[in-house]
Parts: sequence; structure tokens; C-alpha cells
Amino acid sequence: MKAAVVVFPGSNCDRDLAVALEAVTGTAPTMVWHRDCDLPDGLDLIALPGGFSHGDYLRSGAMAARAPIMRAVADAAARGVAVLGVCNGFQVLTEAGLLPGALMRNAGLDFVCRDVELTVSNAQTIFSAWYDAGETIRIPVAHHDGNYVADAATLDRLEGEGRVVFRYAGPVNGSARDIAGIVNDTGTVLGLMPHPERLIEAAQGGTDGRRMFEGLLAALG
Amino acid sequence: MKARVTVNLKSGVLDPQGRATHHALSGLGFTGVNDVRIGKVIELDLADGTTPAAVDDMCRQLLANTVIESFRVEMLP
Repeated sequence: MKAAVVVFPGSNCDRDLAVALEAVTGTAPTMVWHRDCDLPDGLDLIALPGGFSHGDYLRSGAMAARAPIMRAVADAAARGVAVLGVCNGFQVLTEAGLLPGALMRNAGLDFVCRDVELTVSNAQTIFSAWYDAGETIRIPVAHHDGNYVADAATLDRLEGEGRVVFRYAGPVNGSARDIAGIVNDTGTVLGLMPHPERLIEAAQGGTDGRRMFEGLLAALG
Repeated sequence: MKARVTVNLKSGVLDPQGRATHHALSGLGFTGVNDVRIGKVIELDLADGTTPAAVDDMCRQLLANTVIESFRVEMLP
């Protein structure tokens, strides 16, 4: 599997994602700077990391979504290349219009940093294939702006089309319909607030995140 | 020339900061406040001849997220 991790100024989970991808796939991803205009040829996966790109100025992910590299990411996504956006990466994907809705300040106003339980709502995507439908998994969150918002018609469409992939099993940030992660209409772009790359080895306190990358490896080769 | 862009959350979008501020005002004894909504003001110093349409474009492409926010542009001398 050939992967790239995009690095924005203020990204702070880019190396975690790279370590996770290499640990599971055996191949180190290419790190791509946000000012670059081109991605490496033949990519199977583009990962947008967590962090605080551009200091979260204006809106979380707003500036990063307009970075030069994002044109190439949008083009690749349109060709069906898989895109995984974690935390700030999810915010960037919504700001770029690659996923619907927006991520607003947590309803409780606090930065939430802890392990949360997630329910796997759709185990049929390339990102969730190694989980069981309805399974509860434990993945950490660390965010201030994870409160997913979209209009009722969009939420109904996401649910009707099975595009809500992960939900919070309990209250976390006020997200509409407990949404933690969604995919685009082709199922190839996933944005999620929790950090699967932080639970890859038992030494990290669990391995529930590892299966996302194992599923991707199985699906993408 | 200058432009002042005011960005607000659309009505119906929950504003947790506004709600917390409302709560704090009540705590100070200001009981007559029905609601608080927090937005932002962006002041642009522009080259002469910049059109309102260009500022509108700036708002749609970056300054506001029209999924959740509305904006208003005032062109100033």
C-alpha cells in the first residue's frame, strides 16, 4: 500500500500516522508538505493528520483546506484514491468540501482529551471492514472543535446511505446524532475525530485503532 | 479603501460560546438578556478599486464557512 501523509504547519499527529501506517503496512508513507502542488504517483491512501493547522485561526482547518496540496488531494479523491482525515484532518476535509457539514466548538466548550467508546455503525467501508457492525471499540479523542453539525436533510441522507461509520457511544462533544466519523458518497473519504493511530500497539494501552489500518491494507493492497 | 466583514453563525446553529456568555451575564445579574450570539468582525484594507463582488468572493472562499455562517460586507471609504 502506497500512502502519503500531508503535513500542515501546526500538524502534530503526522508522525503518529506515519508510524502507524509503517507498523501495519511495512512501508513508510511519503510525507508531503502543504505547499507542494503534487502528490506522489500511484498513491492508494492519503492521510490528513490531527493537530492545529495554522493555529486553528479563523476556523479549524479553514486555512489548511485552501493549501496548494489540497487541489491535488481533491483531484485524487475524485479519482477514487482513499483519503483518511483524523481530527484536524476531518476539519480540513469538511472545510474543503470533500465531506459535508462542519465541526464546531464542543458543546461543553472544554477541550476533550480522553478515551471514548465508539460504536461501529457501518462495517462495510474500506476503513471499517475489520470491525464488526455494532461493535464497541475504544479510541482516544483530543479536540476542541469536534461538534459535528449539518442540516437535518444532510444528517438524514448520511444515515440513510450508511455514511455514518462511527458514533460516540456516550456524550462527548454535542455532535449531531453522536456522529464521530463519516464517509463521502463513494465511501472512499473518511473523516473522524478520534485518533486510531494512537492505539496501534499494546504498549499504547490498546490496539483498537490498528484494525482500521489492517482493513485498509487488506482493501488497498 | 476598507471593507468590514461581519460573520455570524446562521440562526438555528447552536452557539455554545454565546450560550456560556449568556449564562455568565445572568450570573452578573443581567436578567433582561434573551439570547447571545457571538460572531466576528474582519476588517480588510483594500487596494483602491476593489469591487464588492471581489470581497464577496473572499467571504465565500475563505472568510466564512457558508455551511454554518452567514456574512455581511460593508464597503467603507
